[in-house]
Amino acid sequence: MATDTVVQEDVQKDESAWSGGAEPFKASYGKLMMWYFLLSDAFTFAGFLIAYGALRFSMPSWPVPDFVFAKIPFYSGGAPLVFVTFMTFVLIVSSVTMVRAVQEGHRGNQSGVVKWMILTVLGGSVFLGCQAWEWVNLISGEGVTITKNPFSSHVEGGTYLSATDLKGEGFQEVKKDNATYYLAAEAADVAKNRYFVKVNHEGENLAGEEFKANDSYLITYSHSSELYEAGAYKTAGGMVAKENYGPKAFGGLFFFITGFHGFHVLSGLIFLLIITINVGSGLYANRGNHYEMVEKIGLYWHFVDLVWVFVFLVFYLL
Amino acid sequence: MAGVSYEEGKKQAYRGFVLLGIITIVEVLIALVGNGHVIEGFRLAKWIMYPLMIAFSLYKAYFIVSEFMHMKYEVRGLAMSVVMPTMLLIWAIIAFLQEGSFWGYRRQLIKDKNAIDVNEGKQTGSILKMEELESDIRFF
Repeated sequence: MATDTVVQEDVQKDESAWSGGAEPFKASYGKLMMWYFLLSDAFTFAGFLIAYGALRFSMPSWPVPDFVFAKIPFYSGGAPLVFVTFMTFVLIVSSVTMVRAVQEGHRGNQSGVVKWMILTVLGGSVFLGCQAWEWVNLISGEGVTITKNPFSSHVEGGTYLSATDLKGEGFQEVKKDNATYYLAAEAADVAKNRYFVKVNHEGENLAGEEFKANDSYLITYSHSSELYEAGAYKTAGGMVAKENYGPKAFGGLFFFITGFHGFHVLSGLIFLLIITINVGSGLYANRGNHYEMVEKIGLYWHFVDLVWVFVFLVFYLL
Repeated sequence: MAGVSYEEGKKQAYRGFVLLGIITIVEVLIALVGNGHVIEGFRLAKWIMYPLMIAFSLYKAYFIVSEFMHMKYEVRGLAMSVVMPTMLLIWAIIAFLQEGSFWGYRRQLIKDKNAIDVNEGKQTGSILKMEELESDIRFF
């Protein structure tokens, strides 16, 4: 009996053995389980991204990313993909600072770990801030919601019509609720038959401008009238038509998938902060396992960056 | 990084940053040049742009997993137990993109059929005919 107890105590003290005496895959329990959690999380993200792919493939047209994501703060002109490239860089930088934190941990340099982890937290926070700005711009600036997508591209060429053109075509001018729109003389359903003179978000009147098939457009959301102003145009065949909304799924997919990624960033930040405090208090130094907790949160943080590689690819590049 | 000295590991981390940064810039440049934002009137075909951007992204993913997440320095069995299951996704991507294309095709078909004037009596029999079904993935 006495020897049994001694052996058991030996195994419990030996941190390299789970309890069978040898570590599977020469990895600690915590690290291996973090890998399997990340594997399952990868499948969750893959499921969402594949759903995006399937819905996109089922649509005849899809919003063009370099037209949709062309805004940067403090500048009203177009800067396609610039802001999101900056966000990607911020995330890469925070991944590198995380690598440095783990390396300092291996060396047992406590203040070094704290320093690099704080920089990582900073990077993650900047990324989340950028994402918040992007969402605000899309929702309140351009009017994209999970049920409405004003971004699309033309299926045929044409020319935008001015107020005089529309009246000449027999449309009636209606001024109501801070908006001026045009109705076909016999139109009964106002919401469906409301035509507007094309104005872009900067307030420029685009009447008379020509466009080709596959050119991108955005149905202007007017904040004063709270209406989506679908511009009227004349097709090459001489018919009067108006812009159609883009695929509805776009907004929901975008906000849900980038939101789910952002939620991972947020929870990663919370854990990073907790672990930074624990490192500073000397908790992990006492464990004497080379700051393995920092390595584990590092795995999670790199995974967040890994997912962003694919979110960036399918939402912003393709 | 296991098996690498501290100084060497430090260098590797910064090299990783430069590599990922350059690949990201190249990807964005392909998107911008390809969509005609840089050179007036010059565009790249989608079948050139898309495979390039996908290949670069896959390399970025490989680099993050193998270097930043140290997968390269783990036991082979661990790496295989994590990487192999993700191979199932190859099937999932092919299957669901094909299914998505088919939804689009069916929606268009129904739209076309609805446009046929029934009173003229031109449309008889089954709405979907087998020979009209598309079996290939439509890559834009």
